[in-house]
Amino acid sequence: MKIATRAGAIASAAVLTFALAACSPSNEETDTTDSPAPSGSESEAPAELSGSLVGAGASSQESAMEAWRAGFQSSNPDVTVSYDPVGSGGGRTQFTEGATSFAGSDALMDAEEYAGAVEACDGDMGAIHLPLYISPIAVIFNLEGIDSLNMDADTIAGVFSGEITTWDDAAIADQNPEVELPSSTITIVHRADESGTTENFQDYLVKASSNWVADETSGDWQGATGESGPGTSAVVQIVQENAGTIGYVDASRAGELGTVALKVGEEYVPFSAEAAAAVVDASPLAEGANGENDLAYELDRTTTASGAYPLVLVSYTIVCQQYDDEAERALVTEFVKYVASAEGQEKAASAAGSSPISGDLSTRVTEILDGIAAG
Amino acid sequence: MTTTQEPPATDADVQEYSTHPGAFANRAFGGLSAGAASLILVTLAAVATFLLIEAWPAMTSSSADLSDQVHWLGTESGETLIATIGYLVYGTILISAIALLIATPLSFGIALFISHYAPRRLAQGLGYLIDLLAAIPSVVYGLWGALVVIPVLQPFYQFLSESLGWIPIFAAADDGTVSGTGRVAMSAGLVLAIMIIPIITAVTREVFLQTPVLHEEAALAMGATRWEMVRMAVIPFGKPGMIGATMLGLGRALGETMAVYMILSPGLSFSPHILQAAQHNTIASYIALQFPEANAAGVSALITMGLALFVITLLVNMLARWVVSRRSEFSGAN
Repeated sequence: MKIATRAGAIASAAVLTFALAACSPSNEETDTTDSPAPSGSESEAPAELSGSLVGAGASSQESAMEAWRAGFQSSNPDVTVSYDPVGSGGGRTQFTEGATSFAGSDALMDAEEYAGAVEACDGDMGAIHLPLYISPIAVIFNLEGIDSLNMDADTIAGVFSGEITTWDDAAIADQNPEVELPSSTITIVHRADESGTTENFQDYLVKASSNWVADETSGDWQGATGESGPGTSAVVQIVQENAGTIGYVDASRAGELGTVALKVGEEYVPFSAEAAAAVVDASPLAEGANGENDLAYELDRTTTASGAYPLVLVSYTIVCQQYDDEAERALVTEFVKYVASAEGQEKAASAAGSSPISGDLSTRVTEILDGIAAG
Repeated sequence: MTTTQEPPATDADVQEYSTHPGAFANRAFGGLSAGAASLILVTLAAVATFLLIEAWPAMTSSSADLSDQVHWLGTESGETLIATIGYLVYGTILISAIALLIATPLSFGIALFISHYAPRRLAQGLGYLIDLLAAIPSVVYGLWGALVVIPVLQPFYQFLSESLGWIPIFAAADDGTVSGTGRVAMSAGLVLAIMIIPIITAVTREVFLQTPVLHEEAALAMGATRWEMVRMAVIPFGKPGMIGATMLGLGRALGETMAVYMILSPGLSFSPHILQAAQHNTIASYIALQFPEANAAGVSALITMGLALFVITLLVNMLARWVVSRRSEFSGAN
């Protein structure tokens, strides 16, 4: 016991030493960025960045953000990026109160928040959304020997609203003629807490199906009462352990479970990174967006574009169009450029299972970021 | 010490002894312990004030206003703040009651075994193990409950509802099945019971051990069997302690968050069906669930629920005090 404690103390002392060593240069060199650098020079020869960048918001981006943070900090050792996964609403609030430099959010800002962002940002151009985290949502189920089922939106809505109660119901069987379905009861599993996954799943059902129980989207569960658990892990665990269950989770967590291929147009599309990115490119911008740089999408859940998977969660990075401090501007734009880059998107894909954004979108985001000014 | 026989020291007394070499230490220690004691009052008052101030906006705004701002309080579905608190208070009490019903007889049995039946060596080891159980964090109990216990219990629940389904609490859903996963109030109550057994056992064991030996020997000398001795000497003497211990256990069960949060498929209703999913939730678990994404009005509403829980625990404790003080007059202690 005593030895263990002592070893722990030595280890933590060592960590402290390293941490201090890592910190000290940044303290010395903070002055360099404070000296006014001519705007625009960064893009040609990136000056050495230093300082700390603070963001907060959606917990859906948390593991991707970890990867981006590590990747960005390894090429910019004097920068500290911190991201507090307080939730989308909390992240937008902190951003519009000026407490953070950027926010992560699964949902778009409402009119009030747009106005708040104008207050918080320099100048009067307010803030914009950049869709940098695209994550397909998988409908997962646990039936022995079945890896994939085909369903259209009406069938999924029927199952999750409690109208379809057995696995061999005609609605499911007709779309899966080659699969032998058991006659067991369907146990639906949903998130007990409010979540972006629930919100996007229900948004899909509201827009793509004709028989869903609610007319409006909500982050809280609106379907039939069933089993539920707090958080993604709980839902995955419940489905994994109980045969006959069906639920919905972030696709990266679907693992070995069976998944549902969605009917899009005339074909059935299983989730994949490309299919998820395709639906974003096929979607129009939302009404009320803040000018042409605001890439706030109105996701087209009813798309018939070939190979698109419309059940996706898009999480935005919200940034100002103008920052009052040059150092802050440089930090935000360089970091978000890294996030939007092919390298950053790859990192997120391997760390969080997200779908990399398309090359066109990446280029467009970089252009927008280059246009962000410091007042 | 010289002052032990005297009435509590007044300022004048302290003056008198101020030349005594230990006078300063004496006063300092007195002040420190008085400070420590008043800190409890201050903390309690601070918590109560915090709850009241933070809950005020939600308590004073109309339910329509509140449901505009807080989407999980929908007036159209009848779930006003008051109604939601009602469901949650019911769920909290129901699940705690299940836990107490299971835990109290078991704990008293364990405590009696340790204090009066087991050989000394075994009793010591057992007592130590019980104390260890109390040290397991609730999140570990929650994980264990969710991953290990529930899957084992589910077939038993199905059997229970098939054989005893005519009793409303064990009734199955309309399609004749209970929850397919076992994430129900019964499971939460069971795991809570296991969590509060160590507390109730530890306190009652200490009380039972303090039974005057004379009483026990007198009972045995009158020809009582060991069970009669326990019934006539130990239990009457220990009754206030047993009630106090039960209330301590109840206190923990009422406020337990993590285990319920991880084990229960939550829902809001006044349903008596403890084997069906999505029927109940507790206040603490509901707060934990809704807090991460709550806005300002939502946080205020959640704190109102916290205030309700605070009041319930306060009432439980006052009731326990009252029962104990009423019983103590008749117990063998006097």
